[in-house]
Amino acid sequence: MYAQMVKATGKGVKTREQMDENERHFQDRIDNDIKIEAKDWMPEGYRKTLKRQISQHAHSEIVGQLPEGNWITRAPTLERKTILLAKVQDEAGHGLYLYCAAETLGISRDEMTEQLLSGKAKYSSIFNYPTLTWADMGAIGWLVDGAAIMNQVPLQYCSYGPYARAMVRICKEESFHQRQGFDIMNVLAKGSEAQKAMAQDALNRWWWPALMMFGPSDADSVHSAQSFAWNIKQNSNDELRQKFVDQTVPQAEFLGLNVPDSDLKWNDKKNGYDFGAINWDEFFAVIAGDGPCNKERLGARQKAWNDGAWFREALIVNAEKRAACKQAAE
Amino acid sequence: MSAQSQKNLQQYVLRLADNALIIGQRLSEWCGHAPALEEDIATANTALDLIGQARNWFAYASELDTDGRSEDQLALLRDERDYLNVLLVEQPNGDYGNTLMRQFIFDIWHFYLLEGLTRSADATISAIAEKSIKEVNYHVSRSSDLIIRLGNGTEESHGKLQEALNNLWRYSGELTLSDALDDEMLALGIGADLSGVERKFQAAITRGFHEASLVAPKIGYMQRGGKTGVHSESMGRLLAEMQVMQRSHPNLTW
Repeated sequence: MYAQMVKATGKGVKTREQMDENERHFQDRIDNDIKIEAKDWMPEGYRKTLKRQISQHAHSEIVGQLPEGNWITRAPTLERKTILLAKVQDEAGHGLYLYCAAETLGISRDEMTEQLLSGKAKYSSIFNYPTLTWADMGAIGWLVDGAAIMNQVPLQYCSYGPYARAMVRICKEESFHQRQGFDIMNVLAKGSEAQKAMAQDALNRWWWPALMMFGPSDADSVHSAQSFAWNIKQNSNDELRQKFVDQTVPQAEFLGLNVPDSDLKWNDKKNGYDFGAINWDEFFAVIAGDGPCNKERLGARQKAWNDGAWFREALIVNAEKRAACKQAAE
Repeated sequence: MSAQSQKNLQQYVLRLADNALIIGQRLSEWCGHAPALEEDIATANTALDLIGQARNWFAYASELDTDGRSEDQLALLRDERDYLNVLLVEQPNGDYGNTLMRQFIFDIWHFYLLEGLTRSADATISAIAEKSIKEVNYHVSRSSDLIIRLGNGTEESHGKLQEALNNLWRYSGELTLSDALDDEMLALGIGADLSGVERKFQAAITRGFHEASLVAPKIGYMQRGGKTGVHSESMGRLLAEMQVMQRSHPNLTW
């Protein structure tokens, strides 16, 4: 997902008896669905895990501008160009809401940016894949935003108020993003042979990375229990992945495109699709920095930050000068 | 309307369309690469406004087109010599200071040009100008504010902006230089009076530079040519990128 493999405290979930009074009171609020707000007492582990999760989510939005930004200047029509620009602008806006939500936990945006640029903080593996054709804009909207929505919808109801509220705004825009992606695919699938081939090729390249977005399978997902108890994760990775496959396969059929998985088969018993094995070696390699575009993505963000240092510094200095002038005048 | 008048009117509209499209295209190159998140958002937003305005102008140019070309065929399939934007808007982004300076010069001029066009005898032109000027009013306040802050920021930011101004000012003359088509449109009550635009533009931009502690360089000869399709070398590459899909997959729906 946009926040994959977020490490929780790693200490395991405490029983009620092991909790002190603050912790019991805190857990009671969560269990009674009362939102935790910035100034409320919270366990250090909760604060730390959320900082990681929300900042990772924010970083994903920011880095996520790049693969689609790659096609704004080449969009095939002016209408598509404006839609794509608006979409990428929304993503930057999502990054902004999320950084603000994370700041309420006591970390500055500059600190988070520093963590991203140094490679300490992660962002979603999906954005380390290249966008090679126009159809990739369709596939990203349809599959990547589709997968993101799967876990962002429940996050609207998560325990931390600022995160939940940011997610409400984000979800509204994400569903528009997914529809525009599907619409691109739909037009291509009904288009010329070359357009159909472009759409199929994009599905072939994006299908498996999209499934990897949900993170490692539950058996290997060591950090989940505490996040479930704190209600900052509501569904397991495999549960969401299954839901995504079940939702998306009929859409691919509607488009007349083939999902690139020879093991994909409807299973009456589980009322869902069985699907093939995911290449987890690839996933862990991409997470570790060895995906096709990790260097380019991080390099682009580092360059933007370094090249823009003079700009940010000048605005700060100017604001100080203005404040000093104002003070002198008073 | 005679065929020739219709063609001339279309050429006039295409100048407006191309200015908005090409500067919007340049701005959209920044997407994801701006110096701060707020700037990514604001730059994309400005690009979006301008490309939106371009679409309105192209829709009108398409109505006037005797060959029945669509908005996209006009925007994305003409040859370089048929693009009629001023040279300023096609200039490469350079650093963020250069982009902001290009925008500041453009915004101020664009505002007064549109102000003139709101009084156009052509109802479509005045309606598009009326709609666009609201957005451009915001563009002017944003770019003016940033130019003034950066001009009075650090020594480095002042230096970068002065350098950008030194590079770009030679393209400012063309903005208000009338040619036969401008004169014809003015005489018909359709076009803006560029001498009036020039007075307002010069007054506003001089004030802006003064507030930003910047000085416009003395230019012996102002560059010109864009309005008649004679562009800078960088224009060809901009078009190659912008047109690639339409050129390699012609006559398809997207």
